[in-house]
Amino acid sequence: MQYLLLIHGEEGRFANMPKGDVEKMMAAYGAYTQALKDAGVLRGGERLQPSTTATVVRAKNGKTSVLNGPYAEVKEQLGGYYVIEAADLDAAIGWAARCPGASDGAIEVRPIWPM
Amino acid sequence: MPRRFGRRDRSAADLADVTPAAEDAARAAATRVARESYGKLVAFLAARDRDIAAAEDALSDALAAALADWPRRGVPANPEGWLIVTARRRRIDAARRSRIADEASETLRFAAEELQAAEDVGPLPDRRLALMFVCAHPAIDEAVRAPLMLQTILGLDAGAIASAFLVSPAAMGQRLSRAKAKIRLAGAPFRIPERDELPERLDAVLEAIYAAFAYGWEQAFADDPRGRNLAEEAIWLGRLVASLALDEPEALGLLALMLYADSRRAARRDAAGSYVPLAEQDVSRWSAATIDEAERLLRAASVKRAPGRFQLEAAIQSAHAERRHGGATNWPAIAALYDALYALTDSKVVAVNRAVATAEAYGEAAGLALLEAAAADGDLDGYQSYWAARAALAARAGRKGEAADAYRHAIGLEFDPATRVFLIERLALLG
Repeated sequence: MQYLLLIHGEEGRFANMPKGDVEKMMAAYGAYTQALKDAGVLRGGERLQPSTTATVVRAKNGKTSVLNGPYAEVKEQLGGYYVIEAADLDAAIGWAARCPGASDGAIEVRPIWPM
Repeated sequence: MPRRFGRRDRSAADLADVTPAAEDAARAAATRVARESYGKLVAFLAARDRDIAAAEDALSDALAAALADWPRRGVPANPEGWLIVTARRRRIDAARRSRIADEASETLRFAAEELQAAEDVGPLPDRRLALMFVCAHPAIDEAVRAPLMLQTILGLDAGAIASAFLVSPAAMGQRLSRAKAKIRLAGAPFRIPERDELPERLDAVLEAIYAAFAYGWEQAFADDPRGRNLAEEAIWLGRLVASLALDEPEALGLLALMLYADSRRAARRDAAGSYVPLAEQDVSRWSAATIDEAERLLRAASVKRAPGRFQLEAAIQSAHAERRHGGATNWPAIAALYDALYALTDSKVVAVNRAVATAEAYGEAAGLALLEAAAADGDLDGYQSYWAARAALAARAGRKGEAADAYRHAIGLEFDPATRVFLIERLALLG
């Protein structure tokens, strides 16, 4: 099965992080991504620009509306994602728990609808 | 408790050449297999594709088919195998009718393999423990774990579970089907967790069984015959998990705990049906055989030297059970066990019981001090047992005004009419 790991975290805290800590965090993500590759489970994943860069678009009744900002104004915003292949939910949870974002934010594990 | 396999859906013509004796024998056989094997059959049918709802539907059809077939042709030599093969065929039929071609071919492939397996192998592999771990998976809403287990392992119907858990049948049915959909779609695995995560995951299974028992127990108090049954079903689940998870002392501890409580069932009411507190119970009405079994289980658990919540609670019950030999209750020992339990659980139930035991061992003032400390953050304000305990201790300490106030709170929060009468009488005695 494939699962989407959504990395939610507090952006403000990250913006004010000392440079040394940012480097440590990047190194941790690098190592985690490599581990996913080595295990042969990585199917995709990207880091996202901060939610201040987000735009919400709707096209209701033929009228397009464009709004500044993310879909939901919450403290913990989506900051990135991975798509992984895992045997079952427990295996996916095991990978989510090792994601660096899990230690200071939250990882949402969503099964991908097979097409 | 009503079970899902009790229904008869046959035409009168089916019965034309069946003697009443054959029908009774077949019905008894089907009921026995269903009772003993229901969870085994569901676990086997659902393990492959994690589709519990489809497994239950297929099994329900197979049980109905058994009631039609067995009276005429006799009970098969391997009734479990017969039911599995029939249920598998039903799933193939259902899949053929399914409009989603891919899903159907996948199901057909599984079904054909499983059908072959069922015909080849004699005894059915027992995957009930794996099914229990699925039902109590951390990704499943905690409130639905016990109901899910009662339904999938024991075959209780949603309506019966709903009334035992004091929710509407519609709401319970929705919670159960949502949980089953999550298991299937999110891929919760049918497996025994690895060693390192086993204790925590087993705790969730045991908690769910104990929740079912506690509901049954409270309902039994509340003059509801269904409650008695739910407590019995929980003990049955406890026996099952203790037999399947042999090395786990907490599984033995939970079973012992439930048996100690059950041993005192007859003594909890007097001839007039009024509530009798533990300290005033007639020990000759306790079930000696049940206590003996609980003691054996607790000893077997303690040999493993891995104490836990259920073993501590069972040990407390064991200390209370000592009274059957005519001795006085060892309250300092019970208070010490509660101290350990409170350190482990931080639960409000334990906080109150610990204060009561401490009062028995070291005086009302010591007990009341613990109650006041536990209630400092206001968490206990809506908790009936807290007020009842505080009332009893304050009354004994001669603090009449405090006792009367606490009795009034306790009476207002009580569900059970017999206990309410008991509290009203105690309030009147204050003068």
